[in-house]
Amino acid sequence: MIFSVQVEVRLRPGIADPQGSTIERAIPTLGVAGVSGVRVGKCIRFEIDAADEASARASVEDLCQRFLTNPVIEDSFIELAPGAAS
Amino acid sequence: MSPRVGVVLFPGSNCEQDMIEAMGLVGAEPEILWHGDATTKGVDAVIVPGGFAHGDYLRPGAIARFSPIMGAVSEFAAAGGPVVGICNGFQVLTEAGLLPGALQKNAGLKFVCSMVELRVESTDSVLTRAAESGAVLRVPINHFEGNYTCDADTLAQLREQDRIVLRYVENPNGSVDDIAGICNEARNVVGLMPHPERATSELLGSIDGLPLLRSILG
Repeated sequence: MIFSVQVEVRLRPGIADPQGSTIERAIPTLGVAGVSGVRVGKCIRFEIDAADEASARASVEDLCQRFLTNPVIEDSFIELAPGAAS
Repeated sequence: MSPRVGVVLFPGSNCEQDMIEAMGLVGAEPEILWHGDATTKGVDAVIVPGGFAHGDYLRPGAIARFSPIMGAVSEFAAAGGPVVGICNGFQVLTEAGLLPGALQKNAGLKFVCSMVELRVESTDSVLTRAAESGAVLRVPINHFEGNYTCDADTLAQLREQDRIVLRYVENPNGSVDDIAGICNEARNVVGLMPHPERATSELLGSIDGLPLLRSILG
């Protein structure tokens, strides 16, 4: 069964995010006020073929833990849906 | 016979020729180890040099650990062989699980490229055994992601086991506990952000990298 997967990789709270800070400092120059807490992450999309949703999720969690994130500085948030990505 | 030192070359490495030159200066017989070959070719020590291995795709060091050479480097390290990772090489060794912790982006959000002072905190490692304990060495740094971090337990363990081998005199990047370089439990794997190979001649502004590079030769 095919599942489409989206993994969002975020820097853990407290980890410096120079890109986020730079974007946040740039925004007021466009005349937009009130924006705060900008953090830049990564989004990784793929499809996985697995027997069922539980085993797909287990594989993705394993991938996140061992490769897609560095657990010392990053967290991952997984979205998983049946069917190929459109 | 001169000790043979292997310098790992990944696509994107850019300090390997400086390292070859520098290791020749301290009397080693240096050679390149191609990342695609699953062997350390019987060398006496392995250096993972700086650069942008595999373009730093995903994260610095994240892809490098899948190169065939890294299995051989891990085996070499497990057998007690000296392995030193410099700058991007340090990132590669943490991602490969040969050293604990991670290198995050510098505090202050700045790429830093300058001469810094390092204090030799422990001479019990393959990178510092020929250096003087407490000595202050002038060695350049050149990185954006050199801010060493680890969890509290790991930090306590590093301190307790005297595994912080080099500290910055003035912290340039926000590294926890001023850490510039650490070693593994067996003390034969060392990672550091500064570049000792760039402090090997008065013409470069410092020769303080030489005792570190000599240490690698035993």
